[in-house]
Amino acid sequence: MRHLLSVTDLDAAAATALLDTADRLRQALLGREVRKLPTLRGRTVITMFYENSTRTRVSFEVAGKWMSADTVNVSASGSSVAKGESLRDTALTLSAMGADCVIVRHPASGAAHRLAAWVDKDRETTGTPTVIVNAGDGTHEHPTQALLDAATLRDRLGGIAGKRVGIVGDVLHSRVARSNVFLLATLGAEVVLIAPPTLLPVGVAQWPCRVSPELDAELPALDAVMMLRVQAERMRGAFFPSAREYSIGYGLSEDRAALLPEHAVVLHPGPMVRGMEIAPAVADAPNAAVLQQVRTGVHVRMAVLYHLLAGASE
Amino acid sequence: MAQDRPGAAAARELLSASDVARTVARIAHQIIEKTAGTENVVLVGIPTRGAMLARRLGAAVAEFSGTPFPVGIVDPTLYRDDLRHHPARPLSSTDLPDGGLDDALVVLIDDVLMSGRTVRAALDALADHGRPRAVQLAVLVDRGHRELPIRADYVGKNVPTARDEQVKVLLEEIDGVDAVRLERA
Repeated sequence: MRHLLSVTDLDAAAATALLDTADRLRQALLGREVRKLPTLRGRTVITMFYENSTRTRVSFEVAGKWMSADTVNVSASGSSVAKGESLRDTALTLSAMGADCVIVRHPASGAAHRLAAWVDKDRETTGTPTVIVNAGDGTHEHPTQALLDAATLRDRLGGIAGKRVGIVGDVLHSRVARSNVFLLATLGAEVVLIAPPTLLPVGVAQWPCRVSPELDAELPALDAVMMLRVQAERMRGAFFPSAREYSIGYGLSEDRAALLPEHAVVLHPGPMVRGMEIAPAVADAPNAAVLQQVRTGVHVRMAVLYHLLAGASE
Repeated sequence: MAQDRPGAAAARELLSASDVARTVARIAHQIIEKTAGTENVVLVGIPTRGAMLARRLGAAVAEFSGTPFPVGIVDPTLYRDDLRHHPARPLSSTDLPDGGLDDALVVLIDDVLMSGRTVRAALDALADHGRPRAVQLAVLVDRGHRELPIRADYVGKNVPTARDEQVKVLLEEIDGVDAVRLERA
């Protein structure tokens, strides 16, 4: 694995190795005064975000810092991007400056793949074998989110194989849903997408999962339910009649949450719109793992940086 | 380490199963003697086989002296100086006793001492977990070829070796048998 662009690059063994490393890193940092490992000393990690983000960008930055990498943040506003520089030129510039790793979030699906192809091709001119990590590209993929969800589920449920996971809501605009479906299927889970037909992407029939429009019917048999945010900023057109109607059909209210088995876990990738896709009381209940997901996210991203940067480059 | 064994004919046995048991018992007695009157002694093993030896030494110490020492594991991988020379190594677990390491006398335990680089990495890892009063080192085999100013306080067996030879420590927990062998690479 040279870059992390898509969860489909990972087979079950590679994904499990990443989750194991994340676990070990959590253990290694447990109860320590100095939460800093020397592992990536002298490596430069640049985050390049063309979209708003709090948790992912900070999570990567913290992950890099805890492993002693030098982390630099570039955001589209306030950089040369605002002057009209292309994605390619920005990336090659950062690579030429000696970036060992560029973590990219971009509104266009496939941006990370293009970037990886460019830096690989121009490796001789820029002189640095730069690693690309996809931190979300359009509505395509968000691999580290899927990995941290898998790590959280594995911890809470004691395993992933054979578990039934429901992913509820705006699947159409969700890179989180896509990455999760493929990663969880690779790890042996049974995935059910639960959404109104207008919020399902074309081609969902080819995904390794089942589709259902009925949330109430599915809840009693789920080991975990993942609520997705309704991505209003990506919606051009009417996908459902009103927020209230969406909430009635697909929001996880307290009454609905009561239908879940007792051991079931509630996940949300954040940011949550409380009252829309998830009721405040459900988001704060003990079986909600939202903050554990955030905590695990740092360890998973440390694991990704470790696997991509710590060893010898090919 | 012990997975790929070439023909047994190329291997010379340095310690048999009963030798290993006797050596562990002897090191346990030495640890008891040398730390007599000291409070807060912690045995910390280096994965994989050092951690198993630490567990065995802990059991032996408890049996001989009646005072069990807490046993922990510290994985030095994240502190190694040769990470860039190999593909990313898998990590082992780190698990230290609840009391922590502050002011403890830590006896670090590994199976084979050679360059001293693993011990150096483990010392750095320990330092990030607390400030031990002192750190001592126990090894089953010291095979020489030190690259750093590090020595062991407790040595099961000193074995002069050539650089191209390999010392393989086999322990029942993972290898199904207790033995130490010298093999030509």
